[in-house]
Amino acid sequence: MEEITAFFEMGGYAVYVWPSLALTVVIMAGLLIATLRQLRNRQRRLAELEARGVQRQRRQRPAPDPTAQPGAETREARP
Amino acid sequence: MRGLALLVARDLRLALRQSADAWLAVLFFVLTAALFPFGVGPEPNLLARIAPGIIWVVALLAVLLSLERLFLADFEDGSLEQLLLSPLPLELAVLGKVLAHWLTTGLPLIAAAPLLAVLFHMDLSGLGVLLLAMLLGTPTLSLVGAVGAALTLGARRGGVLIPLLVLPLYVPALIFGVGATDAALLGLTARPHLLLLGAVLLVMLVITPLAGAAALRQAIE
Amino acid sequence: MHRFANPARFTRLADRILPFAAVGTVVALGVGFYLALFVAPGDYQQGESVRIMYVHVPSAWMAMFIYVAIAVASAVALIWRHPLADLAAKASSPVGAGFAFLTLVTGSLWGRPMWGTWWEWDGRLTSMLILFFLYLGHMALLNAFEDSQRGYRAAAILALVGVVNIPIIKFSVDWWSTLHQPASVMRLDGPTIHPSMLWPLLIVAVGFKLYYLTVVLLRIKSELIAARLRALDLATVKAAEVQGQAVQG
Repeated sequence: MEEITAFFEMGGYAVYVWPSLALTVVIMAGLLIATLRQLRNRQRRLAELEARGVQRQRRQRPAPDPTAQPGAETREARP
Repeated sequence: MRGLALLVARDLRLALRQSADAWLAVLFFVLTAALFPFGVGPEPNLLARIAPGIIWVVALLAVLLSLERLFLADFEDGSLEQLLLSPLPLELAVLGKVLAHWLTTGLPLIAAAPLLAVLFHMDLSGLGVLLLAMLLGTPTLSLVGAVGAALTLGARRGGVLIPLLVLPLYVPALIFGVGATDAALLGLTARPHLLLLGAVLLVMLVITPLAGAAALRQAIE
Repeated sequence: MHRFANPARFTRLADRILPFAAVGTVVALGVGFYLALFVAPGDYQQGESVRIMYVHVPSAWMAMFIYVAIAVASAVALIWRHPLADLAAKASSPVGAGFAFLTLVTGSLWGRPMWGTWWEWDGRLTSMLILFFLYLGHMALLNAFEDSQRGYRAAAILALVGVVNIPIIKFSVDWWSTLHQPASVMRLDGPTIHPSMLWPLLIVAVGFKLYYLTVVLLRIKSELIAARLRALDLATVKAAEVQGQAVQG
């Protein structure tokens, strides 16, 4: 137990050593998380756009009977 | 070579027509320096001690103030494109613009420096070295500044960007410039500082026309 | 070299490297910090505060290494017009700025017990401060233009001018700081350092390098997707315009 407290006291330099390490972790993890979130966001938007692009192309083909299911798309879009 | 002389002459003519600009830089130089006694108190020994540093820092800011206009007018009215098409190599053209800038900004500052030295009770035995250091240092400020000015052409908030790009690169000129004057005031030899200041100038004389020309090309494209 | 200019090919390659880089980062940092905190001895002069060195010094190395990497990427981008080099430079800049900032703060935290002040105009710290400003300028210039291509090229030129200036700045700051004060306490006099301290230092440094690789690969991937999004947006706008004209006609 004493060993553990001694370790955390860092020979009296705890106030300087631990914030240094904490800041290292915060900056490195923060940058990584920001990068990952940006990547995920962009991947999702790209997937959405591509899905919509595919739909648009389909719609340009010989149109199915427009009266068949008028609300189909909006209904699908709802969660 | 003749093209270069013509370019410098044109820029000088333009600058003389708007000689208010050069006067404003000098006015800024003297006015800003005159604020320091209010900030740190009028104690003569303290003022004499910090005089070289203040003169250099304020000169640096005065040069900074004039940088935005260096290429901007030519960029906006299309003469920069003419310059790009002319047979004169763009690197030389940049040197010409810098020379004109230094003649209209750096030189007036050097002329005004003795006034500040007197105002700050600087020991006038160091005045010669101060002026010599400024003569070697201010061209470096114009050269490096030209790269910053060329890089920010057409940028959003270009005027605010230039200090951020240029000031860190001004540090060596500032250190050796102040060092030379301080050494002279302490009765030491200013030679090594002045030699280093000259070396920095030579290096910048090689790099900055290349970088400035590259920056102008990509700004026009 | 242009083989990897193809985004799909680069993304495939990046996806193959990323798991190794990520696992390597975790392992190296885990081992490095374990050694640094539990195994390495305290310094006979500085006591336990010397453990700050294990993040401070590798961060400083990274900050310098990344600026050189940016300069190399910038040269490649300017000479060969390689699009990935631009992206690599853009992706590296915030990481380098982060490490420079980390160096400054840990230096300050280390300096407080050693010098008795939070900030000392010590040669190394002052140079790092200027390097931090160079990073900020690079990032600001990258984002200052409507046209991202112009931002890339301007920032590349700035990075090359910066890398030529760094030795001059470093020399001038060292010269200046030795004139004004005695040598700093942050001694890391190369070979005299004891192996029990050198190993953790090197392992943490390797971990930081792998972390940089991981983050840069992710950021380049992200930039590639952003470029594709912009292209798609443009195509949608154009399609809408064409439709609008068709309706009017």
